[in-house]
Amino acid sequence: MITFAKRTTLEIIRDPINLFFGLLFPVIILLLLRTIGSHTPAELFSLDSLAPGISVFGLSFMALFSATLVAKDRESAFLQRLYTTPLKNTDYILGYLLPLIAMSFLQCAVMYLVSLLLGLKWSVQILLCIVAIFPAAVFFVSVGMCCGCLFSVKQASGICGALLTNLTAWLSGVWFDLKLVGGWFQKIAECLPFVHAVKFQQAVLNGSIENAMNDLYWVLGYTAAGLLLAVLLFTTHERAKS
Amino acid sequence: MSEYAIEIKNLQKKYGRQTAVEGLNLTIEKGELFSLLGVNGAGKTTTMKMLSGLCLPSGGDATLCGYSILRDVGEVKKRIGVSPQETSVAQNLTVLENLEFMCGVYGFHKEKTREKIDEITEKLQLKEVLKKRAGKLSGGWQRRLSIALALIGDPEILFLDEPTLGLDVLARSELWTVIRALKGKVTVLLTTHYMEEAQELSDRIGIMKDGKLLALGTAEELKALTNTKKFEDAFIAIVKGESR
Repeated sequence: MITFAKRTTLEIIRDPINLFFGLLFPVIILLLLRTIGSHTPAELFSLDSLAPGISVFGLSFMALFSATLVAKDRESAFLQRLYTTPLKNTDYILGYLLPLIAMSFLQCAVMYLVSLLLGLKWSVQILLCIVAIFPAAVFFVSVGMCCGCLFSVKQASGICGALLTNLTAWLSGVWFDLKLVGGWFQKIAECLPFVHAVKFQQAVLNGSIENAMNDLYWVLGYTAAGLLLAVLLFTTHERAKS
Repeated sequence: MSEYAIEIKNLQKKYGRQTAVEGLNLTIEKGELFSLLGVNGAGKTTTMKMLSGLCLPSGGDATLCGYSILRDVGEVKKRIGVSPQETSVAQNLTVLENLEFMCGVYGFHKEKTREKIDEITEKLQLKEVLKKRAGKLSGGWQRRLSIALALIGDPEILFLDEPTLGLDVLARSELWTVIRALKGKVTVLLTTHYMEEAQELSDRIGIMKDGKLLALGTAEELKALTNTKKFEDAFIAIVKGESR
């Protein structure tokens, strides 16, 4: 599993496009929104709101990385080769999952570091925020793995690179307050995990986790479902197909 | 323990109503280089996938080194190496890292990893590309790396699925040299649709069409069977059913 995880890490970090989208792009978005925020009185663009929001948004790129890597490994028959070796299912699943979780922590840490440089007030809650990104990170990476199992590289890139990033952006309440649109849009958004993941991060940063337990349950529910589906797809669908 | 490396008994594979492999019976001796020859869709790759534990047969069984592909798939996997039709290498890793990765997959410790990499590098003459990224290599080098990865686990049986597919004449010739060097040391089951490849490399050849094994023997025996002088003509005669 460590061998596989090392290989996953190298495959991802050696692609400069991954580094751009994984680390630089969320920082650019943060700087952009912060600049907009400095010219408007909206509380939405305060660093207390933005840093947790963009941290969650950045995870959508982890889904993209896992989706394209799994799909590539399928299309190039790399996984097929490994299925004929003594590796076990847990080796594949953890071998994809763990490095991307570690990268999610790193991405989150960079977001808060940049936010501190921009004026976010230091508190120990920031360290808790990095830890608290864990369930959302598992959810996004699992979704990516599912897409990688089911779709071609091109399709998986489209679904995770365009659809999921946009869903995360529009339905998480990072760019605008969902109450501004209201109605069915807000209802749909509240049935999905994105806005809850952001609210939970914001609550951790503000030191009021007890007010966001409901949001945490939403995220945990989606995470469990996503992870379970990824495991099922890897253990049944993949082998049957190859 | 079986005297054969591979014993196939009435092996079948069906996908819905479509039969990919039908009633295949075959034995392959230890150290033999055996080729399954046939046009696309003949059932060669499906046969290889069943034998390597990638898919379950719909009927029949096969034993590899005495272990059943139905009951002892774990033992089978310890004894085989597979080089799939696609190059199937880690593209962003160097050749050396690919080899190290596969040593890790087999759980080799540091010293054995170094020894194994030295041995494989020498055997497949990979030294000049060791530090190059696999994705930047030519098709011929990627195929060579693919075979190297399949050999890391010291397999008793090596499966080579269309190993020279899409390669130019020179790269193909170089890869043939690599494959020839394996003869006698490891049992090789090779699938190909190149007649000259089967003729050049194989101890025996099995010709498949529509999931069935139509003929079996050395290239000379197959020519004699069809009263032809060229192997290509023998293959056409067998596939068109003119040998009977």
